[in-house]
Amino acid sequence: MNWAALVSIFSAAMAVSFGAIGPALGEGRAVAAAMDAIARQPESANTISRTLFVGLAMIETMAIYCLVIALLLLFANPLLK
Amino acid sequence: MISPLANPIWFHIGPAPITSAVAVTWGIMAFLVGGALLITRRLSIEASTTQAVFELIVDTVDGQIRDTMQAEPPRYRAFIGTLFVFIFVANWSTLIPGIEPPTAHLETDLALGVIVFFAVIVFGIRAGGFGHYLATFASPSPIMIPLNFVESVTRTFSMFVRLFGNVMSGVFMVSIVLTLAGFLVPIPLMALDLLTGAVQAYIFAILAMVFIAGAIGDPAPAAPTLEEGSKS
Repeated sequence: MNWAALVSIFSAAMAVSFGAIGPALGEGRAVAAAMDAIARQPESANTISRTLFVGLAMIETMAIYCLVIALLLLFANPLLK
Repeated sequence: MISPLANPIWFHIGPAPITSAVAVTWGIMAFLVGGALLITRRLSIEASTTQAVFELIVDTVDGQIRDTMQAEPPRYRAFIGTLFVFIFVANWSTLIPGIEPPTAHLETDLALGVIVFFAVIVFGIRAGGFGHYLATFASPSPIMIPLNFVESVTRTFSMFVRLFGNVMSGVFMVSIVLTLAGFLVPIPLMALDLLTGAVQAYIFAILAMVFIAGAIGDPAPAAPTLEEGSKS
């Protein structure tokens, strides 16, 4: 195994692990804020949860990007061919 | 381990190789078109149970379009509804053993993203003419023109990578867990996969609506029901 493969595997793991931190914190904040809003205004729970779902998917995309980059490094790495 | 980016070829038609994603997409298309023809063949004023269920679906799509776009739904119902139903059925086609959802392959999602990209342009021009559509790029100020041009491409990119990443990661996780522990263990993950699939179909449709609404420009005043809800 050459160094390029080694670095690729290591950086794939790094990409996912560090890339998950930010979205995790962000999702926690978003859900907490939505819970707060629903507790204050239960009658607008429908609108809030719809917006929350869309927002969560947006935030989650950041982690998904990291996952895609990691998979590109592992399965479609141009340096390893 | 099989790469999640690879496209397994099922069969050849002449010289053209047909990948699994394309074949499954054809299956879904046949299913949806056949189902739609079958249901709309006998429509009546007094709805039967089946007709009522599908009227409910159409009504929900209409409501979402009205809420999100602040526009009357008839013009957008066909596009948004088809987009949602296709992605939903594609994501849930993983329920059939041996079938991989076509949205778990980059190419299908790219095609969907490109469709939305051009649909935004077409709907924008149709709503207020070519000049009006170009003027939406200059909002809120002309300084934003280059940024808005770049954004219209990057948001399409992020949209299809989002759908691809979510569906592919679900399939990938299930296959990893299957190699670790085979029997009954992946079922909760599969259930989560189905939930993610439904939410992603919804989000793809919502984002398409938001983009089209942005291209249409000045929205009508909000529906009165929303204001009443926030007052009480």
